Amino acid sequence: MDVTIDQDGCVGAGQCVLAAPGVFDQRDFDGVAFILKEPDPDQHDATRDAALHCPAQAIQLLE
Amino acid sequence: MTETPASPHPPFPLGRPTGCPFDPASAYAALREEAPLTKVSTPAGVDAWMVSRYDDLRTVLRDRRLSSRLAPSDHVVEDADLDREVDAGSILNLDGAEHTRLRRLLTTEFTVKRIEALRPRIQQIIDVHIDALLASPRPVDLVRDFALPIPSLVICELLGVPYADRDVFQRQSAQLVAVDVPLPEAEAVAAEMQQYMAGLVMAKLEQPADDLLSRLIERANSTERPLSMEELVSIGITLLIAGHETTANMIALSTLVLLRNPDQLKVLQEHPELAPTATEELLRYLSVVQFGVFRQVTEDMELASEQLKAGEFLIAALSAGNRDESVYPAADQVDLSRRASTHLAFGFGPHQCLGQQLARVELQEVFTRLYRRIPTLRLAVPFEEIDFKHNTLVYGVKALPVTWDDPR
Repeated sequence: MDVTIDQDGCVGAGQCVLAAPGVFDQRDFDGVAFILKEPDPDQHDATRDAALHCPAQAIQLLE
Repeated sequence: MTETPASPHPPFPLGRPTGCPFDPASAYAALREEAPLTKVSTPAGVDAWMVSRYDDLRTVLRDRRLSSRLAPSDHVVEDADLDREVDAGSILNLDGAEHTRLRRLLTTEFTVKRIEALRPRIQQIIDVHIDALLASPRPVDLVRDFALPIPSLVICELLGVPYADRDVFQRQSAQLVAVDVPLPEAEAVAAEMQQYMAGLVMAKLEQPADDLLSRLIERANSTERPLSMEELVSIGITLLIAGHETTANMIALSTLVLLRNPDQLKVLQEHPELAPTATEELLRYLSVVQFGVFRQVTEDMELASEQLKAGEFLIAALSAGNRDESVYPAADQVDLSRRASTHLAFGFGPHQCLGQQLARVELQEVFTRLYRRIPTLRLAVPFEEIDFKHNTLVYGVKALPVTWDDPR
């Protein structure tokens, strides 16, 4: 699974961090999301949830 | 005297059903099915497209061709001024780059990590209030003595507002979310609030402290465009109001839902670890931003087989989307085990609630603690006597008299 974030579009709602805390985090200085690590197979469902929850639809998945 | 011809469209808000006061208008179900985009006539005197399907709501709320220029609630205010300019710093009403600039300055204060760090203090605030409830004569009004003071204290501490001033702005805030306050009166209250916040911002400028307002000033000062006084005042007011009205109403209304659904309450009492899931389901089920949010079309576009014209208005009926059966089967049932976290109670798109993580933690901690520490909590009056807030932007109850048994 290949995950990318459009950081310009990110609105810092934090939904991805809630859905997949091991995969996403937010920058301290502006709350914009970034990828902590590529998801392991057991994190794929959570990562899909994160993409679904994102209010800016800024997370793209390539499976 | 000439009469304005009546609009051919049904009036918005569509009435809530008389049966269950937790349900939004029953007309939404048919509209989602037959007319997902339909024209309604609003108290502000304009006709607006109303969106009721979950998927369409997600589409419109993130479409940058729809402007947030007007207040989210202008459609339900009878004498709203739809031609006014957007005030500087009005984060709810700015679009595009101007909105992003302010939002980025604030998001750092509301990240999952930052709010998680506040959890112990929030737990402490809740426990102190439960202690006070247990020590007070019964019945108590759970709104006045618990639901309102908790988020109020939390947002005051976070912003750096002296809690002693709460009476002033709680009164002002209650008037600002009422939809039936005449415009001159609403403007007078808004001016009072601005004066109060300007004083507070001045104090932070002179003597910065460890609080959100002081940090915001400092952070903005390190950018190319520091925040103006007007912007700081506007941001401060928005956070103060948003921080206590919504969460307070969610706490009281959720408690009433749980008291009416004892099987669900029992599950939560026995499994406090379900509080996060329960929180999302109650947010979905109650959708307290009861009239949805308002947008304006900026260029001609097509949506759900309809042609929208530039200048037209649109209402995103959040509560209708949250009861969409195609997404949430048996949507009119509250089911605390449901995975409802995709709900639209916080909105969607670039304006999705900035303080949502704070609201979540406050609600989760209330749901974990209140019903465990006061297991026999119950209504002190018949359910039929509870007064609901039909004329405020945020749905809720006016008072919630409760009582409980002595601990054995």
